[in-house]
Amino acid sequence: MTDLERHDYDVVVIGAGGAGLRAAIEAHEQGARTAVVCKSLLGKAHTVMAEGGIAAAMGNVYAQDSWKVHFRDTMRGGKMLNHWRMAQLHAQEAPDRVRELEDWGALFDRTPDGLISQRDFGGHRFARLAHVGDRTGLELIRTLQQRTVALGIDVFMECTVTRLLTAPSEQGTAGSVCGAFAYRRESGEFFALQAPSVVLATGGIGKSYTVTSNSWEYTGDGHSLALAAGASLVNMEFVQFHPTGMVWPPSVRGILVTESVRGDGGVLKNSNGNRFMFDYIPDYFRKETAETEEEADRWYTDKTNNRRPPELLPRDEVARAINSEVKAGRGSPHGGVFLDIASRRDSDYIRKRLPSMYHQFMELAEVDITSEPMEVGPTCHYVMGGVEVDPETAAAVVPGLYAAGEVAGGMHGSNRLGGNSLSDLLVFGRRAGTAAAAHAKTVSALGLPESDLEDARDVALAPFERGGGENPYTIHRELQETMNALVGIIRTAPEVEEALVKIEELKVRAKALTVLGQRRYNPGWHLALDLPNMLRVSECIARAALERQESRGGHTRDDFPGPSDKWAQINVICTQEGESISLTRKPLPVMPPELAEIFEESA
Amino acid sequence: MSYEANLRVWRGDAAGGGLQDFTVTVNEGEVVLDILHRLQATQTPDLAVRWNCKAGKCGSCSAEINGRPRLLCLTRMGTFTEDEVITVTPLRAFPVMRDLVTDVSYNYEKARQIPPFTPREREADGSHRMQQVDVERSQEFRKCIECFLCQDVCHVVRDHEENKEAFAGPRYLMRLAELDMHPLDTVDRRQLAQDHFGLGMCNITKCCTEVCPEGIKITDNALIPMKERVVDRKYVPKTWLGRTISRRKD
Repeated sequence: MTDLERHDYDVVVIGAGGAGLRAAIEAHEQGARTAVVCKSLLGKAHTVMAEGGIAAAMGNVYAQDSWKVHFRDTMRGGKMLNHWRMAQLHAQEAPDRVRELEDWGALFDRTPDGLISQRDFGGHRFARLAHVGDRTGLELIRTLQQRTVALGIDVFMECTVTRLLTAPSEQGTAGSVCGAFAYRRESGEFFALQAPSVVLATGGIGKSYTVTSNSWEYTGDGHSLALAAGASLVNMEFVQFHPTGMVWPPSVRGILVTESVRGDGGVLKNSNGNRFMFDYIPDYFRKETAETEEEADRWYTDKTNNRRPPELLPRDEVARAINSEVKAGRGSPHGGVFLDIASRRDSDYIRKRLPSMYHQFMELAEVDITSEPMEVGPTCHYVMGGVEVDPETAAAVVPGLYAAGEVAGGMHGSNRLGGNSLSDLLVFGRRAGTAAAAHAKTVSALGLPESDLEDARDVALAPFERGGGENPYTIHRELQETMNALVGIIRTAPEVEEALVKIEELKVRAKALTVLGQRRYNPGWHLALDLPNMLRVSECIARAALERQESRGGHTRDDFPGPSDKWAQINVICTQEGESISLTRKPLPVMPPELAEIFEESA
Repeated sequence: MSYEANLRVWRGDAAGGGLQDFTVTVNEGEVVLDILHRLQATQTPDLAVRWNCKAGKCGSCSAEINGRPRLLCLTRMGTFTEDEVITVTPLRAFPVMRDLVTDVSYNYEKARQIPPFTPREREADGSHRMQQVDVERSQEFRKCIECFLCQDVCHVVRDHEENKEAFAGPRYLMRLAELDMHPLDTVDRRQLAQDHFGLGMCNITKCCTEVCPEGIKITDNALIPMKERVVDRKYVPKTWLGRTISRRKD
């Protein structure tokens, strides 16, 4: 392809959310020629929607807080399936990652003595989330965006990578990464990026579900690119359903209602007006959870002598409880439950602490949250599973390939605590950037495989050229309905098997996708190219969900209701051979004794 | 509950185009972006619309609805009568790429030209101490979601392409004010705001404030104070506050 536009870099970062920009900043500062490729305009990535805050044991509000407590909370929240080393690095490094944002212009809310303020969130022992009202993600993305611009890093906006390019491999090993093939959404023109290091920072998979808090970009591109390049995915069965998404009106169903509402005093009630979360405290968290409403209410002002309200249990627990209440016929008029802060905090406090929630309900649902309760229900929010990486370097098994943020797996185990996502992407974004830059210094440039470039072009253009008549919007809707109904918050073997049959059918039909119009900014074509990624990732989620015969965190099997000691020691790994996905079981990495002690001390 | 709405959508590209009429089903509680998505799924699969979060947080889906700059995701169909024709056109101040998508690179170019944030040293214990009251002024401007509706509506550039060179628009004049009021920043950009970014061309008609989906008081809290700071480069908060209060009494 002699007429193909080509660029040469040391490090190419795919994705411009928090993890991608943090990786790019670091790679640039390490001296690597760095480029970022992103599907949207710079500053619009999904990170912008994060609301509550960045979890970091800075100890600004509770001096007793430390990385060990944060580490413990994270591991327990993930039901001990987290990669211990990732959770350790995350807890140790998060405070510095937050502080350096201030050097780049971020303006967090303050404590009375002028330090960064920290708020309460589910599953965190102490008030720990650095925040800006309820728009922390916007502050984070803008800060990193402005830093990226200040450093003069090249950004390819509104471009989609459809394939990772790898050099021919030694027998039995994955070939090294040598670049990526992409198209410009605006013009439909193709280009290639040559680079010895590629960082995946593409976020999650939520667009495979009907009810989701995720934007259109969340089509599992990075997961799918990694698989195709020979990398492995870990524990894809763990999908987080955030307990509180909007449920009414239908067009906004799934839009996130921040956990900060509960952190700042909001409570969940069923149609009888009961705070039902007291009925759903699992033994695992009983010792640290309040038993009465009086104790729970005292906790907001006195954390030393009282235990946390059950509304602030980890997200998997709260989402399942809401699901049960609705099923038992105690739901709100539109199939959710009530989230009430209006009767518990005064109007000024609510508008000050939760300005964008106030705005969102006013604009989209005509509900004034300072005077009436919200209706909320679970929404697909985050995938804990992702690319299997080395904790120190964020390296995948493919040489030159790195993954950070939501696309990477292991850090959050079976369930992520709120606030740990923004800190995750800063900590491991930086680590990926460092390692990617270092790797680029050690290898000489590999040429791009010409036959792969031609094949990538042909595959991308095929929907214009074949008849077949399948509409991408229709297949997408059917996939979403399948995943939502059959591989959702509660799962059973027959339903997941049914989903796999449907996914197979959709994969066949996707080969007959036909796109009308031309290549300039054609959303139908863009969706047709994203769909194979969604199908592949959905298959991984369903296959892994069928494999894991227990209930843990973001994976609940009605036919295997409790956690099992056997599965507590197993990671489920997905790899791809040709077109098919294969699963293997792998033992969990063993935590060293000095860290294991942390759990014994507090037991 | 459902009804058929009459939608008139601009379709075309840089070479030209025009308004096309569609009839689309509308359900309870839907916003204009839902209707455009239904149009894509059922009638015009290649209709170009830029969007991301569909929750008013990312500022991607800016367009003009019945001639007014708005976010497609925050404009409820319920604000129109059922028999009203709703006209959706691309942002007028920027070149059309295709259909409702415009080339907003002017904004990214202006952002690049602003001298970056440059903080003072951290304190001995490694922290930056700031009082809430001092961070709040800049925090208001950092609520900006960069939807560029203020850039689109501002009459200095809306029908005056020739002014774009010398004028950064409300979003970036506000960014200069944000940095100027930032408790940690050490760079004086006031003269630059006037000479290079065209602060003087703003004649405070407040159109930007009116269209801001975040409700930021762009004119009153950013642009007017910035103009005053430029005039009085020996800025002292107390003096400014005093002047502002006394002017209100006039």
